[in-house]
Amino acid sequence: MQRFIIKQKRTITWISAALLVIAFTSHYAFHNELVAKWALITASVIGALPIALQAFQALRIKVVSIDVLVTIAVIGALLIGNYEESAIVTFLFLFGDFLEQRTLNKTRSAIRELTEMAPESALKLMADGEFVEVGIEDVDVGDVLMVKTGAKVPVDGTVLSGEAHINEASITGEPVPAGKETGSKVFAGTTLDNGTIRIQADRVGEDTTFGKIIELVEEAQDAKSEAERFIDRFSKWYTPAVLALGAIVWLISRNIELAITILVLGCPGALVIGVPVSNVAGIGNGARHGVLLKGSEVIHDFSRVDTVVFDKTGTLTQGRPQVADTVVYADDAQAVKGYLASVEKQSDHPLARAIVEYLGETPAHEVSKTDVIKGGGIVALVAGHRVAVGNVALMEKENVPLGEKALRDIDAFQKNGNSIVLTALDGSLVALMGIRDQIRTGVKEDLAKLKKLGVKHLVVLSGDNQGTVDLVARELGLTEAHGHMLPEDKAAYIEKLQAQGRMVAFVGDGINDSPSLARAQIGIAMGSGTDVAIETSDVVLMNSDFSRLPHALGLARATARNMLQNILIAVGVVLVLLASVFFSSWMNMSIGMLVHEGSILVVILNGMRLLRYKLKT
Amino acid sequence: MKKATLQLETLTCPSCATKIEKAVGSLPGVNKDSLSVLFNASKVKVDFDESKLTVEDIQKSITTLGYEVLKTQVKDR
Repeated sequence: MQRFIIKQKRTITWISAALLVIAFTSHYAFHNELVAKWALITASVIGALPIALQAFQALRIKVVSIDVLVTIAVIGALLIGNYEESAIVTFLFLFGDFLEQRTLNKTRSAIRELTEMAPESALKLMADGEFVEVGIEDVDVGDVLMVKTGAKVPVDGTVLSGEAHINEASITGEPVPAGKETGSKVFAGTTLDNGTIRIQADRVGEDTTFGKIIELVEEAQDAKSEAERFIDRFSKWYTPAVLALGAIVWLISRNIELAITILVLGCPGALVIGVPVSNVAGIGNGARHGVLLKGSEVIHDFSRVDTVVFDKTGTLTQGRPQVADTVVYADDAQAVKGYLASVEKQSDHPLARAIVEYLGETPAHEVSKTDVIKGGGIVALVAGHRVAVGNVALMEKENVPLGEKALRDIDAFQKNGNSIVLTALDGSLVALMGIRDQIRTGVKEDLAKLKKLGVKHLVVLSGDNQGTVDLVARELGLTEAHGHMLPEDKAAYIEKLQAQGRMVAFVGDGINDSPSLARAQIGIAMGSGTDVAIETSDVVLMNSDFSRLPHALGLARATARNMLQNILIAVGVVLVLLASVFFSSWMNMSIGMLVHEGSILVVILNGMRLLRYKLKT
Repeated sequence: MKKATLQLETLTCPSCATKIEKAVGSLPGVNKDSLSVLFNASKVKVDFDESKLTVEDIQKSITTLGYEVLKTQVKDR
């Protein structure tokens, strides 16, 4: 019965609206007071039923909820024969509840979209060798599954056979589908664009990367900040306090109408819902833009950050050496490249790999003899030519004259932070390559945006030598640069910054940087999706996408502002309402309820603005 | 110890969450520290001692408050 009534709350809302219309038309148009009176009484009683039931349930577990205030107020109004007020108040309360649910659903939509991407079924290989569609809960680690075009990958697993392109945007934020073949890892929640693969389940359900992300987001939106906990404690005492105030006013003034009005006006709805709404909308916006913000405490601290400390390798830079500059001294560049590639393919030195990657497809030559010269490079016989690849020392050893122009080039390359690779063909210099860990594209613009957002100090800390770090700092316009730092040195340096009263965020790739991530008020992990760093940090930039950092900071600022606005609106409205009860004549129960419900909608709508937040450029 | 995750109908008022928290938290055999009512996700997560109560008892304590339980998952701790 109880549940039936509560489930019919929506229907009751509309019936009570209809009854109100009947009552007012018969009162004003037909002057039929009897019909009006009974329509109002019916509206009050059926409208109060679900409210009273919820109030009763709350009281049973010793919670004085808003429902209790409203129920007492409505019963009071009925007793003193003010049917109009009782009917309007119940209707407004129910209608407000309806609107609240509608708008709340909107706010939560961003996160629900994410959870709805969770796979629900899988094609599982049964004992008889057939693939049968089963619910996701019936899939265990080790099961063999088939995934076809258009289907979702149901688990984290390894491809056993077949080929496919998979859209991994849900995990990595990367819109370009990734190619998968035997032995590749696939992730739950990603969608197969084309192809068919058989996979073996490595992790299922909540243990998958996708499951973890959802769990983190879900917990983040309910993780409470200090301010929220305060409001929680506050509202626990606030509602009984309003009841007491009503009782006292009644005892003193003997004016039951005034006492009841106080109960209605004192409802703390906007206060209770204002902060969570901003929080959910902000986190939802982040989830859509590849930024995971872990809860409102994080948002609060992040919004106050004035110093951002970066790890260099893998954060500001690509994290692997690449050929940045080249000069070819020979006339036939194509031939030189062919010889160079053939030699470098023999080596697994990082610089050699960078060169092979840079050269791409080249005509292959037969390499007959290779000598690796320690601390120098490599010398080989390629199609009858003697090819030497290495540093300046190797060239001297090989008696290769460098010439004035080459020496100038080498000097310039080194100043740009390059490692030098020289190539000599049959004793004469043919090519110079500068290899360095290049800065990620767009980082400079992103840092400029951070500065615009009011971040005063941009610091880079690196294990690399001071010269290289200084170069990066100069190129990017950072305010401080420190090299030769071990992970614990970085953490200590952050502590020093904090001692100066700074709010520090640390951005790192999360493996060797975990002490700093933990030390900084806000640890921002460049999460490639599979990282454990997702769990230890406060903010995760999905797919290690640095360009999301300015959006993340801007969003945190906007969300924190939004929360403050909501608190001010909520408190302001209650104060104004209560003051006007005592000091004005126009205030009554219905207006109070209207303003009260209105303020709830205002804070929800205000929070929803965050869903559309975009960083202004 | 088992860990239960219950998906509820959409919760609309924060006081609903408080109510559910109190109701589930007062059941014997429930680990109060592990109890979390996720208001926005409309989920309840809790560890419980299966020798003292069943997951149905937890469901019942929520449904009697007037909230529907849509899905229940139980896992070993």
